[in-house]
Amino acid sequence: MTARIGVVTFPGSLDDRDTQRAIRLAGAEPVALWHKDKDLKQVDAVVLPGGFSYGDYLRAGAISRFSPVMETLIEQAKAGLPVLGICNGFQVLTEAHLLPGAMLGNDHLHFICRDQKLRVENAGTAWTSDYAAGQEIHIPLKNMDGRYVADERTLDELEAEGRVVFRYLDVNPNGSLRDIAGITNAAGNVVGLMPHPEHAVEPLVGSGRTDGLPFFTSILKKLVAAS
Amino acid sequence: MARVVVDVMLKPEILDPQGQAVQRALPRLGFDGISDVRQGKRFELEVDGPVDDAALARIHELAETFLANTVIENFTVKVEELAVGAEK
Repeated sequence: MTARIGVVTFPGSLDDRDTQRAIRLAGAEPVALWHKDKDLKQVDAVVLPGGFSYGDYLRAGAISRFSPVMETLIEQAKAGLPVLGICNGFQVLTEAHLLPGAMLGNDHLHFICRDQKLRVENAGTAWTSDYAAGQEIHIPLKNMDGRYVADERTLDELEAEGRVVFRYLDVNPNGSLRDIAGITNAAGNVVGLMPHPEHAVEPLVGSGRTDGLPFFTSILKKLVAAS
Repeated sequence: MARVVVDVMLKPEILDPQGQAVQRALPRLGFDGISDVRQGKRFELEVDGPVDDAALARIHELAETFLANTVIENFTVKVEELAVGAEK
């Protein structure tokens, strides 16, 4: 059985096709999901891709959080469905309260696009098992609203429970508190991060590295092992 | 008909780089003595029918779940009565 991984397209999603391609390269079957449909088509996992869903007109991810597909997704994520939110997808996950904290405009107010160095802090989530804890990777980052914030208590809790999954190294590109680039929920099935692993899956493009591919092979292994 | 105004502001402890950028431009424009600027959002909701307690409670809920993200923002809800024919 081939693992089926859904990719939601919202109005304003930009990286849905790249994400589908990354899933295919990893050996799974990408399934296109539409924001207006409540049905998740019985997929085994879901990726919320990058972009500017609903134009980010109210706050990044705020309007998409109330789309029909999210109603079903929130319910199933709470029941254990693996969900990965990349960039705008991460913003949607915080707005949906599937992940704690919130995303705000970059502290320097500029859109940023760079090859970002990260440290993998947690290789125990559904999406990071093909990395090693402490591993340093480079994947592209491009965002306007990438400043992760949460109150001190939440930050302490995330640190204590090992739920900071990725941290920015060398440069903090957006003013994220404690250099946080990605986090997970308590169960480890929902992960959000600002940088874009789907843009680093083929040696021909981007930085020439494939440091993003393990996201998609991690989830594939987990799903195959579970079936 | 009435207008209900929802004002949304970042919580005081949250860095507001937009407000800071505005503040930094003030001396250049000749406005001295303003030590801090914070930028928020104002929503004006035109409400059909009376703004009774039930309607206000609904708007409060709307503000809390959608217009503001209470993880990072505070909000206030206030009613502005519109006098008929008093438009400027």
